[in-house]
Amino acid sequence: MIYLELFLGFLRVGCFAFGGAYSAIPLIRDVVISSGWLTDDALTDMIAVSESTPGPIMINLATYVGSVKGGFLGSVVATFAVVLPSFVIILLVMVIFQRLMKNPYVEAVINGLIPCVIGIISAVGGYMMLRCCFATGADWAPDFKALFLTAFLALLMFGSKPLLRKKLSPIMLILISAVLGILFY
Amino acid sequence: MKTTAAKTDKLIELLLTFAKIGFFTFGGGYAMLAIIENICVERKKWITPDEMARLTVVAESTPGPIAINCATFIGYRIAGLGGSVFATLGIVLPSFVIIFSVSRFLDNFLEIGIVASAFKGIRLAIGVLIFEAAVKMMRKIRRDAVSVAILVTSFLVMLAVDLFAWSFSSVSLMLVAAFVSLLFFFIRNRKRGGSCSE
Repeated sequence: MIYLELFLGFLRVGCFAFGGAYSAIPLIRDVVISSGWLTDDALTDMIAVSESTPGPIMINLATYVGSVKGGFLGSVVATFAVVLPSFVIILLVMVIFQRLMKNPYVEAVINGLIPCVIGIISAVGGYMMLRCCFATGADWAPDFKALFLTAFLALLMFGSKPLLRKKLSPIMLILISAVLGILFY
Repeated sequence: MKTTAAKTDKLIELLLTFAKIGFFTFGGGYAMLAIIENICVERKKWITPDEMARLTVVAESTPGPIAINCATFIGYRIAGLGGSVFATLGIVLPSFVIIFSVSRFLDNFLEIGIVASAFKGIRLAIGVLIFEAAVKMMRKIRRDAVSVAILVTSFLVMLAVDLFAWSFSSVSLMLVAAFVSLLFFFIRNRKRGGSCSE
């Protein structure tokens, strides 16, 4: 029964995917390919589509695989399954959150985790900028067009407040970058 | 006392706000953090910057899409269980509709010229956005030596992991950071006179 398989498969993804979609891709690959739902090539295409459409990548993948394998109902089941674990876990965390926060040991752990997570996030951002601007090979050849556009976008994002006295919203930046992409590529 | 109408308004506002966030999130949950920060902290003041930092930690250390974690958390904070359901529904809806249509009707979505070039541009912005979200959080953390050391080490380690494609999970890094922070907490307590032991 495909619906049950989709549900269990994506429930597994939802339960064990830590740290966002990019670190979850190996897990998704394992679930999708071991179930024989898709070939490796088809999955790679799907990941590309999931990355270039709005929304969380994991949701996109679940909807996509579900739709291909089980039509509308399949996509609903797969999406529901991937969302369910985090929804339940966060609710549990919220309920015990207030009490836990007052514990000095928990406080100490969280005070260590905050800078760690910020470090991880800035590394992801830095890596993505590097990957766009330099060819990922042995020679690291710079892509000047991408470098120039990235520098321009960074200037807009970080410089808009001191220069224009008005902060550019992230959504505006996305729109501007899409227009730039259409103009320059 | 809140009336039912006010409560319904709040739920609809949550649904629409998170649908908007979901619609403009490209490239996964980290990029979404910048948008959530901008809308939920700066504009709507639903949560404080400090709560945002904690939310990020919770989202990072629990499984599942970061976006779902954030929506559930903020929805619950604003309007309880119903709020978490509506916020989560809101963030899922745009991707669901778009992906479902793409999978049904557009076989070669990425081969459409204008889509491909728009996305090339968006890719460049995503790195900038993620970095901006991190910088914003950096401004608000404590500036003691331990925090700064953890931040710099985590940054360097994760960058090396990405660049050289090492298989090292961010979860292990977080475990180390939690351990180090706890260790210094004990050391500080002891220095304070050792009278802390109950």
